[in-house]
Amino acid sequence: MLEKTGVPDPEQINKITPSQERLKNGPVAIVECFQNIPCDPCRYACRQGAIKEFADINDLPVIDHEECNGCGLCISECPGLAIFVIDASYSADEGLIKMPYEYLPLPEQGEEVIGIDTEGREVCNARVVKVQNTKALDRTPVVTLAVPQAQLMKVRSFVKKGGE
Amino acid sequence: MLKPEIAIVGGGPAGLSAALSAVRQGAEVMLLDRDPSLGGQLVKQTHMFFGSKKEYAAIRGIDIPGKLISALEDEGKGRFKPLLNTAVLGYYDDGVILADKEEEAMLIKPQKIVIATGAAEKMLPFPGNDLPGVYGAGAVQTLMNVYGIKPGNRVLMVGAGNIGLIVSYQLRQAGVEVAAIIEGASRIGGYLVHATKVRRAGIPILTSHTIKEAYGKQKVEGALICNLDENWCAIPGSDKDMKVDVICLAVGLTPQTELLWQAGCQQKYLPELGGYVPLRNEKMQTSLSSVYVAGDVACIEEAGSAMVEGKIAGLFAAADLGYDEKVEERFLAYSQELEELRAGPTGAKIREGLARLNGGV
Repeated sequence: MLEKTGVPDPEQINKITPSQERLKNGPVAIVECFQNIPCDPCRYACRQGAIKEFADINDLPVIDHEECNGCGLCISECPGLAIFVIDASYSADEGLIKMPYEYLPLPEQGEEVIGIDTEGREVCNARVVKVQNTKALDRTPVVTLAVPQAQLMKVRSFVKKGGE
Repeated sequence: MLKPEIAIVGGGPAGLSAALSAVRQGAEVMLLDRDPSLGGQLVKQTHMFFGSKKEYAAIRGIDIPGKLISALEDEGKGRFKPLLNTAVLGYYDDGVILADKEEEAMLIKPQKIVIATGAAEKMLPFPGNDLPGVYGAGAVQTLMNVYGIKPGNRVLMVGAGNIGLIVSYQLRQAGVEVAAIIEGASRIGGYLVHATKVRRAGIPILTSHTIKEAYGKQKVEGALICNLDENWCAIPGSDKDMKVDVICLAVGLTPQTELLWQAGCQQKYLPELGGYVPLRNEKMQTSLSSVYVAGDVACIEEAGSAMVEGKIAGLFAAADLGYDEKVEERFLAYSQELEELRAGPTGAKIREGLARLNGGV
């Protein structure tokens, strides 16, 4: 249970997961924000109008997955680092996950790393496809990982191989 | 004796916002802070802030003082006077403030004063809590984020409120291992997005757990922790030994109200708001009409609401001196903003505390 462990329940994840059809159509943002807290920057980050206007600043963000084009502008704007972009259309075996990553050293493009789930467990090998660290991201770099299709909704972080 | 129109004590988010609000009205402001730079606790908040996009959400805490200070310099035009390295020591019956600026005594008699002295960390009693290696979370954050000093190699964090969660994340960013975050309550007190962030960084969160003792010869070598039942009683046989060299306490904050006691402001004990807090009206004016309050000294809350409270206190401190342009309009906007920030489930405790506070005025 999230309030006790800090790990979202599978039902919570199911609720915010886009439809299979939408996932196959290319990149889409998912917002793993499950608590009503006073916070609204994600809605201002979205240029597509996919993240709906808040009636109350304490509302949970509502994202229209059909309007979302997976641009990822919201990823580094979320103070909770709770937004990820999933792309299941990458290849037959692999999908892409774009995630915020505020640790040093940053990985290299092409580096093999280990995908980590919401409980901090190692779940699979992953490959770094892209590392973005522009000024606009304001010190919240965005790392794109390629992972097996089955792990797209599991992997939420990574560690470098060989430990620290 | 210096005689500014308004003196503000404390240059954190509340004090800086009060200063900006007051100079915008046209008043002259002297801002006193004991630290060598302005910003209060913001100077070590390397994470992005939550809250309203209007109120610096998604901006890192460390970047907020610079924005407020440049606005103060632009808009204050000679009416904003910061005094750094200046500790306010006392408030006397005749409205005179005694301050120590680099070992020189100073007397200041402002027409209005805004107290924005913030909060102090709470301590937890347990055997061994005086061993070197037992830190307050604020100290760990200062060492790491202000001075670049690593506090140790393996940390036990006590408290899963926002401070415990955020400092654990920042320790992990600094390459320090966090063995666990323990929390006496059965639920995580801080924002759950912070909790998920530290969990995926591999840090366990153990709710219904407390620290029994810290041990070590010259310094902390480890801690005994145990499980608590629903009555907060230790469950026999549940002890666990954690080998750590740092124990970091993040067990809450309490308002720093000493100056308000000295001034004779009426206060009330409200645990929901962090302890003794000053009675005040919606203008953030205390029972002494020339004394205003804002931020954690008035109620332990987030920096976002502290900044809005600062704007209200600064607005009315200036308005009472006759700088009353658009007061009603501005007050309405700020109070709506405050209400929105406190409207959700995470604001429930604050709402209850404020209702009891007002019930007693």
